[in-house]
Amino acid sequence: MFKILQKTLSTGTVTVNYPAQPARISDRFRGRPSFDFEKWKDARPAAEVCPTGAISLSDKGDSRRVTVDYGLCVFCGLCAEASSDQAVHITQEFELATAERSNLVLTAEYALNADRIHDGLRRVDRHVVKAETDVESLGQKARGTIHKILGRSLAIREVDAGSCNGCELEIVALNNPIYDIERFGIHFVASPRHADMLLVSGPVTRNMELALLKTHRAMAEPKVVVAVGACGISGGIFGENYASLGGVDKVLPVDVYIPGCPPRPQALLQGILLALGRLAERLHNDRAG
Amino acid sequence: MMMQATSATTSAMFEALRQKLGSQVQSVRADREDEIYLLLSDPDIRPLTQHLRDEFGARLVTVFAEDRRAAKGVFFNYYVFEQKDSAPYLIVQAPVQSDSLEFPALSAQLPAVNWQEREIQDWFGLKAVGHPNPRRVALHDNWPDVYPLRKDFALETMLPPFEGERHIYRPALGEGVFQVPVGPVHAGIIEPGHFNFAVAGEPILYLQLRMFYTHKGTEKLFEKLPVHKAVFLAESISGDSSFSHGTAFCQAIERAANIEVPLRGLAMRTILLELERLCNHVGDIGAIATDVGFVIANAHASRLKEMMVTLNEQLTGSRLLRGMVCVGGVRRGWDQAQLDILLNAVDSFAREFQDLISLIDRSESTRDRLEQTGVLRPDKARDLGIVGVGGRASGVDLDVRRDHPYAAYSRYPFRVPVYQAGDVWHRMQVRIDEVNESIGIVRKAMADGLRREFRVPVPAIPSDRCALSAVEGWRGEIIHWIRTGPDNHLERCKIKDPSLNNWPALVEAVQGNIIADFPVINKSFNLSYSGTDR
Repeated sequence: MFKILQKTLSTGTVTVNYPAQPARISDRFRGRPSFDFEKWKDARPAAEVCPTGAISLSDKGDSRRVTVDYGLCVFCGLCAEASSDQAVHITQEFELATAERSNLVLTAEYALNADRIHDGLRRVDRHVVKAETDVESLGQKARGTIHKILGRSLAIREVDAGSCNGCELEIVALNNPIYDIERFGIHFVASPRHADMLLVSGPVTRNMELALLKTHRAMAEPKVVVAVGACGISGGIFGENYASLGGVDKVLPVDVYIPGCPPRPQALLQGILLALGRLAERLHNDRAG
Repeated sequence: MMMQATSATTSAMFEALRQKLGSQVQSVRADREDEIYLLLSDPDIRPLTQHLRDEFGARLVTVFAEDRRAAKGVFFNYYVFEQKDSAPYLIVQAPVQSDSLEFPALSAQLPAVNWQEREIQDWFGLKAVGHPNPRRVALHDNWPDVYPLRKDFALETMLPPFEGERHIYRPALGEGVFQVPVGPVHAGIIEPGHFNFAVAGEPILYLQLRMFYTHKGTEKLFEKLPVHKAVFLAESISGDSSFSHGTAFCQAIERAANIEVPLRGLAMRTILLELERLCNHVGDIGAIATDVGFVIANAHASRLKEMMVTLNEQLTGSRLLRGMVCVGGVRRGWDQAQLDILLNAVDSFAREFQDLISLIDRSESTRDRLEQTGVLRPDKARDLGIVGVGGRASGVDLDVRRDHPYAAYSRYPFRVPVYQAGDVWHRMQVRIDEVNESIGIVRKAMADGLRREFRVPVPAIPSDRCALSAVEGWRGEIIHWIRTGPDNHLERCKIKDPSLNNWPALVEAVQGNIIADFPVINKSFNLSYSGTDR
C-alpha cells in the first residue's frame, strides 16, 4: 500500500493540458500533407504512389484536374517523397476534424504542356482543412456545454464496425492518464441506450452493418455520429468491396469526420469536442421547438 | 528428413515419402533452402499428415487454398508443416479437382484446422468432406452463395441486401442452464465478435464463438494492389501488429524476388518489432490488472505504453510504427539524435517497468485472482495448435525468432520463456519475461543501427514465384504466403494471424470459470479480431 502511494506521489501529474495548451508532439510526426499548387509541376508521381487514391488525377485534353481527399489519406508521406518539385510537404497539422465531408477535399485544375507537365494553375478550390473552430475555445465551450446542458457528462458509445483496431488503440488511449478525457466530463459507456454520441471506426463491413444500425437505433435522441479515421470516413485502404460498404456515412448520417490512420488522441479529442457543439445545437433546437 | 534442403536431402526425402505413400507423392522441390514444396497427386492429405506427425513430430502451421484453374485446371490446397529444431517449412500442395470441388477434411483428426478448412469452403466453394462442423464461418449464414477468392469473382462485386438465414447456436439444455449472448458490440472499446456462453449459475459450461464480423476482403484486395501499396494494406491487417504484419509481407516479397536487405535495415526492423512487443505487452499487463480491479497498476502501465508509443512516433513518424517498413529494408534511417532518444526511452522504460512489476508482485490479491484462472493445459494447447504467448504459457515452446530466424535476430541471443501452468498468471509471466528479453535485444541491436545502408533499390518483382514468410509478432506466429503475378502485383496472398490458431484456446480455458472472469481470461490471450477476420 505504501509502495503504491509512494509510486503515485513520485510520478506526479502526467496529464497534458490539451487543448488549453498546444499539443507537444514529435517533430517527426507525419500530419497533413500540404500542397503548394502554384509550385506543383507534376502531380503524377504523387498520385502514382498514393496507396489509397487520396491523390487522384483526371486528364482531359490539355487540362488536368487534381483531387486531394484527406478523408482517404493514411498519412504515409509517400507523396512528399515522390514529388521532386518540392510542392508537397508533410506538416505537423492533425486538427482536421470537420462536420462537412466536402471540407476534406481539395481540387485544382492545371493546363498541361505536351509532356503532360503542369503549365499554369487554372483554378484551385481550397476552402479547406483548418481546424473549423479554434480548438482551445472548443475545449472551454465543451466544459460549459457539458456542465449546463448535458448534466455534467457526455456519454460516448464506441463501435468498431470493421476496423483494423488501430483507431480503437487511440480511442482507448484517450482514457489513459496522459489524455484523460474524463477531465471534460466525457466518458465511454457500455450501452448505446446511455449514449449521446456514437463514435464509429470503419470500414463498415457487411457482417457489421446490422449491428451498427441496431446500436444507433438503440440510442435516445438527440444523438450525434462521429466517423473515425480514413476507413470510417471513406473505407480508407479497404475502400468498397464485396465485404466492405466503405465509410460510416454509407449506413448512418455522420455529423463529424475525424481524419487520420489512426487519428492521434488529440485529433480524436478535437473531433469529439466539435461534435459536442453539434449536439448542443440540437439540444437547444429541441428545447426551443 | 526436413533438415537442410540440399538437392541430395530433398531427393532422399522424396524417396522416403514415396516408399511410405506410393505414387501419391509426385515431386519435391526446394524453392529456397528453408522452403520445400511437396506435390501430391490427390487431395487426401490425411495419411501424409499422420506420417509427418508420428514420425517427425511435425506441426501443421496453416492450411489455405488457391484458385489455379487458369494455369493448371485445378484448385490447390496448401498445408504448411514445420518440425521442431529444423529450419525449413514443408509446404504440401494438394490438387482439388474443379469438377468435384471436394477434399477430405483434416479437422476430424486435427481440430486445429477447423476454421481454416471452413474458410476454404466459404471463400473457394471447395467442400471439406467429413468436416465435423461444416457450417459457414468467414461469410456469415445470411450471405448468398458466392466464393470471393475464386478468380472469376470480382473484388468490387456489390452484393444485394442479405436475406439469408440467421446463425443457430447449439442449444445448451438442462435444469438451471441458460445462455448468455454477448456482442458483437461489446461493453468496452474492443473489436466486434459474438460470444455465446452456456452457464449453470456462475460457472461457464461451454462457450461458442462467432467471428469474422470485421471480414473486409483483405486477402482478395491484396490481389488488386501493386506491391508497394500492398505494404500499407499489410499494416492494416491488425492495427496493434502493424509493423509485424508489414514486415512479414515485405519479407515475403524479398524472398520471392531474392532481395537482400542490408544489415542496418534488418537491425532497425528488429528494434521496431521488439518495440511493438514492448508496447503491447505492457498494455496487456495493465489491462489484466484492470480486469481484476487493480486500476493503479493499469494507470502506470498505460503511462508506460504511451511513453513507448511516443517513442514509436519519434522513430517512425507514426504512433503505430506505420509507414516505415518497405520492400528492401526501411524507408528512413535514424540519426544520432534519434538513437539517443531510443536509448534513453528504453532505459527509463526498463526502470519504470521494474517498478510496475514489483507493484503487481506485492499484490497478493491480484496473484490470487490470476493463478488457476483460465487454465489451458499443455496437452490441450498442443492438440489445438496454440502458438505465441498463449502457447508458451502452456508449455508450447515455439518462437519464430529462434526457430526460423529472420531480420537480425540470429545476431542477438535471447531466451524464450516457457511456463507450464497455462493460467492467466503464467500468460502474464510470459509477457513480463519477454519484455525484459526485448529490452536486451533492442540494446544489442542498436550497435548495428548506424551502419550505412538501410534499404536497397527494388527491381521489378519476377512473376509466378511463391514465398512463405514468418514473423513472431507480439501475439505469436504470423505467416504470409504469396504468389507473385505480372506487373508487380500478386496472384495470391494468404495471411495467417496467430489469433486464427488461438481462439479455440479461449474456448478451452474459460470452461468451469465464472463468467465474471471471462474478461480477464480473454484479455490474457488478447487475440486480434481483425487479424482473424481479415
